Amino acid sequence: MNSLHRLAALIVKEFTLILKDPKSRFVIIGPPLIQFFVFGYAAVYDVKHVRYAVLDQDRSALSRELLASLSSAESFERVAQLTSTTQIDRIIDHQKARLVIHVGPHFSRNLMNGEPALVQVIVDGRNSNVALIALGYIGDIVGGFNQALAGRMASGRSAPGLVSVERAWFNANLESQWFIVSGLGGLISMVVVMIITSLSVARERESGTFDQLLVAPFTPAEILIGKSLPGVLFGMLDALLFAAGAVLWFGVPFRGTIAALVASLACFIITIVGVGLLVSSLSRTMQQALLGSFVYIMPSVVLSGFTTPVANMPGWLQAGTLLNPLRHIVVALRRIFLQGADLPTVWPQIWPLLLMACVTLTTAAWLFRHRTQ
Amino acid sequence: MSPSKLFFMRMRGMLRKEMLQIRRDPSSIALAVVLPMALLFLFGYGVSLDAENVPVAVVMDDNGPPARDLMARFLGSRYFHFRQAACVSEAQQWLAEGQVDGIVHLQDNLTARLAQGRPAQVQAIINGVDANRARLIQGYFQGLLQTWQSQRMMQGDAVARPMVGLAPRIWFNEAAVSRNFLVPGLITLIMTLIGILLTALVIAREWERGTMEALLATPLRRFDLLLAKVLPYFILGMAGMGLSLVVAVTLFGVPLRGSIVALFGLSAVFMLASQGFGLLISAAIRVQFVAAQISIMAGFLPAFFLSGLLFDLESTPLPIQMASHIVPARYFVAISHTLFMAGDLWPVLLPNTIILAGMATFFMVMAYRKISKRLE
Amino acid sequence: MSHTAANIVLKVDRLHKTFAGQGKPSVQALKGVSLAAAAGCVTGLIGADGAGKSTLIRIAAGLLRPTQGAVRVLGLDSTAAPLEIQRWVGYMPQRFGLYEDLNVRENMDLHADLQGVPDSERAVRYQRLLAMTGLGPFTRRMAGNLSGGMKQKLGLACALIKSPRMLLLDEPTVGVDPVSRRELWKIVYQLVDETGIAVLLSTAYLDEAERCHQVAVLHEGEKIAEGPPARFSKQMRGRVFIAEPPAVAKPRQVQARLAGSDGILDATIRSGRVRLVTDGRTTIADRLFKPWAIALQAADPCFEDAFMALIPQTQPHPVVPELPTPPAVSVDSGVVVQVASLSKRFGAFEAVKGLSFEVRRGEIFGLLGPNGAGKSTTFRMLCGLLSASGGDIAVAGRNLRRASSRARARLGYMAQKFSLYTQLSVAENLLFFGRAYGLSGRRLSRRMAWAYTEFDLGRRQEQPAGALPGGYKQRLAMAAALLHEPDILFLDEPTSGVDPLARREFWLRINGFAEQGVTVVVTTHFMEEAEYCDRLLIMSQGEQLALGTPADIRQLARKKGEQEPTIEDAFITLAQDSVDTAA
Repeated sequence: MNSLHRLAALIVKEFTLILKDPKSRFVIIGPPLIQFFVFGYAAVYDVKHVRYAVLDQDRSALSRELLASLSSAESFERVAQLTSTTQIDRIIDHQKARLVIHVGPHFSRNLMNGEPALVQVIVDGRNSNVALIALGYIGDIVGGFNQALAGRMASGRSAPGLVSVERAWFNANLESQWFIVSGLGGLISMVVVMIITSLSVARERESGTFDQLLVAPFTPAEILIGKSLPGVLFGMLDALLFAAGAVLWFGVPFRGTIAALVASLACFIITIVGVGLLVSSLSRTMQQALLGSFVYIMPSVVLSGFTTPVANMPGWLQAGTLLNPLRHIVVALRRIFLQGADLPTVWPQIWPLLLMACVTLTTAAWLFRHRTQ
Repeated sequence: MSPSKLFFMRMRGMLRKEMLQIRRDPSSIALAVVLPMALLFLFGYGVSLDAENVPVAVVMDDNGPPARDLMARFLGSRYFHFRQAACVSEAQQWLAEGQVDGIVHLQDNLTARLAQGRPAQVQAIINGVDANRARLIQGYFQGLLQTWQSQRMMQGDAVARPMVGLAPRIWFNEAAVSRNFLVPGLITLIMTLIGILLTALVIAREWERGTMEALLATPLRRFDLLLAKVLPYFILGMAGMGLSLVVAVTLFGVPLRGSIVALFGLSAVFMLASQGFGLLISAAIRVQFVAAQISIMAGFLPAFFLSGLLFDLESTPLPIQMASHIVPARYFVAISHTLFMAGDLWPVLLPNTIILAGMATFFMVMAYRKISKRLE
Repeated sequence: MSHTAANIVLKVDRLHKTFAGQGKPSVQALKGVSLAAAAGCVTGLIGADGAGKSTLIRIAAGLLRPTQGAVRVLGLDSTAAPLEIQRWVGYMPQRFGLYEDLNVRENMDLHADLQGVPDSERAVRYQRLLAMTGLGPFTRRMAGNLSGGMKQKLGLACALIKSPRMLLLDEPTVGVDPVSRRELWKIVYQLVDETGIAVLLSTAYLDEAERCHQVAVLHEGEKIAEGPPARFSKQMRGRVFIAEPPAVAKPRQVQARLAGSDGILDATIRSGRVRLVTDGRTTIADRLFKPWAIALQAADPCFEDAFMALIPQTQPHPVVPELPTPPAVSVDSGVVVQVASLSKRFGAFEAVKGLSFEVRRGEIFGLLGPNGAGKSTTFRMLCGLLSASGGDIAVAGRNLRRASSRARARLGYMAQKFSLYTQLSVAENLLFFGRAYGLSGRRLSRRMAWAYTEFDLGRRQEQPAGALPGGYKQRLAMAAALLHEPDILFLDEPTSGVDPLARREFWLRINGFAEQGVTVVVTTHFMEEAEYCDRLLIMSQGEQLALGTPADIRQLARKKGEQEPTIEDAFITLAQDSVDTAA
């Protein structure tokens, strides 16, 4: 009874502190919103407005038809019409165009003669990802052109051979925004929770009030709960808000169950509260806590698969990412949003989180008392 | 003593002091050496956009020679790791569980249709959750099919219709290795950290510890103070750049096609711009905590997201593209991509350098005006 | 050593300084102050915290711009030619402005470079400064590892690196042990005598005023008096008395009774006796002393007496506090705190070396010593905030580091710097601490009401704690520590950074609580505050210098034929003895 009474006082105090301080209030709302939109719009791999130049030495109806199908594609933007091969170097080197489509002088003749007609595509590889994706698009367009050609010329003689029919599951139009935005709730709530919890203890340490708490009849468990609750609550709030934002603003589908979403987010946020408290136990000032959080957040984002696939990492590093809570929640969120996972399906992501929560929280509680200077 | 001799004596004192402090303060070392190295290894190993050994299920409902030939080609690819599934539903199960990222289905009429000269379909299903990866897989897959087809054409196996083929050539990065563009971009991030965060922190620390007041009460001029704070961390930042360069070229095999002189020269311009920004922050903020917060918010995050080092800027919405123009890192990312992969292409380097130099001058002048020999 | 126009080095003319607060009301730090300092003369700026001393010195050093008026140093205007002034002036800021991660030699090198001392002259100059400050053997020690007194001397050496014509010292003796304080004064006088330098220094230690040639008393930004210190004391002749407490009463009981009575401006305990300053108009009524028969003896006035008489006493003088109901403990004299051969090491550094003492119920027990003596470390181990490297601690029979939360509920704790939640209001702070200690319902509201009236916080209930004036912060911290009527009260440096008035008020309250049977353990670096303790432990460099009642400790320094020594005299004797035995 007494303990509950004390705990209530502590919790009321923690919330008042956060809500009264304009800077803390801002941390909960301002940067997360900015991050949500910047990530949502800037962190995309979709390739749009690819500036390209054309060198058509054939100047036939066929070559014009091929180039027309390219210019009608919305991902491309024609910026120049070249007249000689010597211009190619310059336009690519100077980044005036990101790719050049070169149709040779014998293009239509070869096609008519039944010989393969090659179209050269020169791509600026300085951003290899854009280069590959743009090449993929051009491959699609040329494939479409071939099929149309075959249909028109089908005088019954022979066939174009193999045609690939591709379908993408879970994200039919391959929108990379879905990929990024569905995991955003996890990332942003992590940043908020880390900052709220790590600073809340460090602030008290710096101003000396933490000693007051330790001398007062609070048990470590009570302090732990009191310090965790605001982080958990505000983290949850942010995460759910951005989950809703993903669906309503960015139009990401939500195919899984709410229960799975809430359960996995809750486990994740509790784990991160533990990490935040650990960081703050190890720092003496707010500045150290902030830099500590930064030093944790950065690799944790890089190694989470949030921006780049975990599958592309070397094997040993892939194994290491299993210790990263963010990796699990990002996987869980994508499975829930895009693949329609329910609670039992995301269990493989939830139990590692629970395990890590136990470790981080107990260590943090122990450090409260044993690392005071 | 002559004024210039006094000036050199003051600079000697300040520089010696800064060097001793850097050497003795673990947090400077951590920010200047440990963090960049950690970032470099993290990015070098952890961040890659190149899909290799993508697990793919293959369902072969046709066992004719062309199907087996195609299969053999698939097996030889370094991009894919094929696993044979008994039936489509098993493969789909694997895909749903995340065991494979794609399914290739050779339908039972493949050989027959090819023999009849009719178009045969190969069905591919790709996990689209990671859209970028899915697109790359798609590209690899199409490339595979195309090479197979052109080979068949050469062999005259199928009398194919005339068709348009693609001869792609990726300049500057022939194998399209993502590391080649990620690591040079990362150097930007490292220099931003040293230039903005470290510079802002060390000055805020002098205020917090009360040593700034003692310095201000000496005949140190504003210019001396500015120079004394710029020079040591400039050297540190350039050393960090050099170290990153060595690691990038030797360990990660990133090519350096431009000249080293150009790289160091242009890095210096960028470093000064970053430091100018850091100095501006520290002129206004005298608390380490706030200085760190602002450096991360206004320095690090834009350098990561609005610089084009990972995400292509030209594909972002217009407002974001416009915002990116005030981020110094954006210009240096362009410079370092060009220098590493393309070479000394001055028509690209020059405009970026001019803008950076303008920013460096602006920030430095602002910082000089803001630096006061007074406490208010 | 008089102020003639010829040797005036610093001239402050109707100086105003207003700090524009962002969001807060602006602060008028200086309101039309004029004064002068002459060569070969030590001029002291005396005043409590917030009087404007540092602002004045900083303007003189060219670090701040005056809002109105001007400061001329060596004939140069501090706004127009700060760089020129800085060439000729040595300035030591508060906290000495040293680079703690540079060693003694490197700090001196830096200042020599900045001041443009030619390399050829350095060897001689360094040798002289090191000999003067006694830092010769420590040139390779990091400044951060120096004791407070040594840091102060290094700061001084750096300020003197280029034989300046004027020395500006901002609170040079704060937190420094008495031995070092005396040494600093010796050095300053040596300098003034040998080189005829002008010295302007600020201090909040009133006893130091007497050492200056000339003093200016600042109060809330205004100069309220100026002159040689002797003139101040002379005005007080006939207004200062000493009351010898009777055997049946403790000095602090008598002092508490007298403080704040009609006509009495100040009552302090000096060497076991109560010193009174009267307003010179009211005759002290005999009834004040009842039931004791106390005779007043006239005493020689000192600067502090004059200062207390000068300061306008705006706040109602603290009345003897209304006391909380005594906690339900039997009034035995049992041991409440027991410490045996306590030690603490941080790495290779031994912060506390084998302390043993005990504190009895109802006692005011003081831990005294300069900054860095190890008192805070000892204190934190007592409260269970720090683990001991060796030895035993028992508070109310338990070691608080391992004790249950119930054991901790019986003590009150007031941390250094009045650690409260600055964003929370007074009421919210009190509510939180009350509930934290298990108060609720009617008892909580009764205790909060008590705190509001007792500490005069009622009008400020809704103010955020961070916006309270210094004295009120201390009151709130104390109220929070006492809300749950603890048996034992731990107070860490409750009087540091508090002006002399608030310090007197604080000790009156503490007296009151001790009378009610509350055990008080308190740390302080003000030696004169030892007189308010029943027993005390004096520490220096982690070791016990002395343990006993104030009278016992004074006894240690008593020499035949001299007048009664103070605790500070005792400390100096003891510290020198311990150095001698070590050497």
